[in-house]
Amino acid sequence: MVNPTTRERASVQELIAKAGNNKRKKIIEKIIPVILFLIAGVSVLTTVGIVATLIFETVTFFRQVPILSFIFGTEWLPFSNKEPKFGILPLIVGTLKITLIAVVVAVPIGLAAAIYLSEYATDNARRIIKPVLEVLAGVPTIVYGFFALTFVTPVLQTIIPDLKIFNALSPGIVVGFMIIPMIASLSEDAMSAVPNAMREGALAMGATKFEVAMKVVLPAALSGILASVVLATSRAIGETMIVSLAGGSTPRFDADFTGSIQTMTAYIVQVSTGDAGYGTPIYYSIYAVGFTLFLFTLLMNFLASRITKRFREAY
Amino acid sequence: MRITEQQPGVNKRFIDPASVSKRMDGRKITNSVFKTLFFMATLVALLVLGILFYRILSQGIGFLSADFFQNFASRFPEKAGIKAALVGSLWLMAVVAPVSMFHGIGTAIYLEEYAKKNRVNDFIRMNISNLAGVPSVVFGLLGLTIFVRALALGNSILAAGFTMSLLILPVIIVAAQEAIRAVPQHVREASYGMGATKWQTIVRVVLPSAIPGILTGSILALSRAVGETAPLIVIGVPVIIQFLPSGVMDTFTALPMQIYDWAKRPQADFQKVASAGIIVLMAFLLLMNSIAVLIRNKFQKRY
Repeated sequence: MVNPTTRERASVQELIAKAGNNKRKKIIEKIIPVILFLIAGVSVLTTVGIVATLIFETVTFFRQVPILSFIFGTEWLPFSNKEPKFGILPLIVGTLKITLIAVVVAVPIGLAAAIYLSEYATDNARRIIKPVLEVLAGVPTIVYGFFALTFVTPVLQTIIPDLKIFNALSPGIVVGFMIIPMIASLSEDAMSAVPNAMREGALAMGATKFEVAMKVVLPAALSGILASVVLATSRAIGETMIVSLAGGSTPRFDADFTGSIQTMTAYIVQVSTGDAGYGTPIYYSIYAVGFTLFLFTLLMNFLASRITKRFREAY
Repeated sequence: MRITEQQPGVNKRFIDPASVSKRMDGRKITNSVFKTLFFMATLVALLVLGILFYRILSQGIGFLSADFFQNFASRFPEKAGIKAALVGSLWLMAVVAPVSMFHGIGTAIYLEEYAKKNRVNDFIRMNISNLAGVPSVVFGLLGLTIFVRALALGNSILAAGFTMSLLILPVIIVAAQEAIRAVPQHVREASYGMGATKWQTIVRVVLPSAIPGILTGSILALSRAVGETAPLIVIGVPVIIQFLPSGVMDTFTALPMQIYDWAKRPQADFQKVASAGIIVLMAFLLLMNSIAVLIRNKFQKRY
């Protein structure tokens, strides 16, 4: 009494067993994860490559220039024929000037835009404004740099007659506008993540929308907002083309915003466009500057991830 | 109790409407004042974008002619053209797109489908998010040391392409991860239930439905590589090139490099040439973005 269904079942079982015994397939299943793991290793190798390159060449630089005079020196005169000086502080001050202006411009505007988008805007308004902000984020920095040099600086010169062609103010403002979309969209994400029940609770108690935004949503989303500001600051520190085009190339250790400056990034560009011979202190100096820049941005990114982990309020 | 004592006889009112409405008016005004302020701030950001586009269009449109696309770089603004830069950018794309997508998608598949929760994989994840925050100019230094000098590729398309690929790798990984994560678990289980192996499931079920999302994210990342200037400068990509590259080992120039060179020149006419170059670059980016949006709208499945 052979039941036909049992026979069919048996044959399916045989098929599965056969498929399972297929050696080639088994090997593929074993090899693929290994290959993919190796591919994933490329990103780790990239980091290792960056850190190793920077450290290796920076050490070579410190064989030629004492490390203390690099960290504490207030004069950056690498191209001087008589006595080149490599004190990083003027470049750091230049970078901080740009970052300060950018943050002062971007934080109020970016946060205001985020509050508007998350608390006030209708769905239609949001559908128009968000893509436009994305376009603003997608504009290449070289375009912003050109804009700073040929439009923002002349406009500012009509307001501040003392302003030089190359200055800290104009690229600082434009870097600020460059990071606005980042602050706005990351902060908006953080605010949108605040559950509606909390808003409705406050509204039911008679609070206005402004009070809800300030006293309920903002405190609840604070970690995300802070992280967005820190990440945007990191972007401003590493920004290169805007400051190279509109900031000038005069490393200065002072608090003047109207004259030509130089940032760490702009120095690397200046050396790269010139013809510094391989093996000269100037050649190695771009790695020392790049390493300093890398440490700055790494610190900011680390800070941002700590903020999100530490102060996150889970609902 | 005090209120009832003050107003004896009147039915017990614990809230005084007069004083409430007085304060309410002030609060309502604050609300609308700030609503306007927030809206204006948003407008300022959009306005800047408008001014930027208007300025560049009005300056550069006059220099945008057929000659501009057919001429090489020149010392004379009226003879300057963008041919070498445009072709160079296309060559760069041809290297960056396959290299970065291969590594990006591979890493994403590993992290989403295979990686167990352990220290090594946590380290890989943390490493990717840190890599995304490294300034592009630092990637240039990496490219200069490893690709240009150590591997002796020189300032070729290949060296620049590899550098750019590493630069946009984190963006592609994250986009591909999100696309793969969006494929629901029950689809995978159905495939296993039919007797498919893990790799068969990934190749024939997961990837086909994740590919629109992966492509959209990759194209957006590629458009970042097209507009990026700093790494190219550090690698030493030249600007005045009078020939077209014929292979990946040739030197080349790219759109942003060419624009940078023009923008730096003091003559007023070169500013207009730079604007024309920017129009070409932005049109290029707009085209890529439109394709990305098109793919997303047309092919993306919703579960």
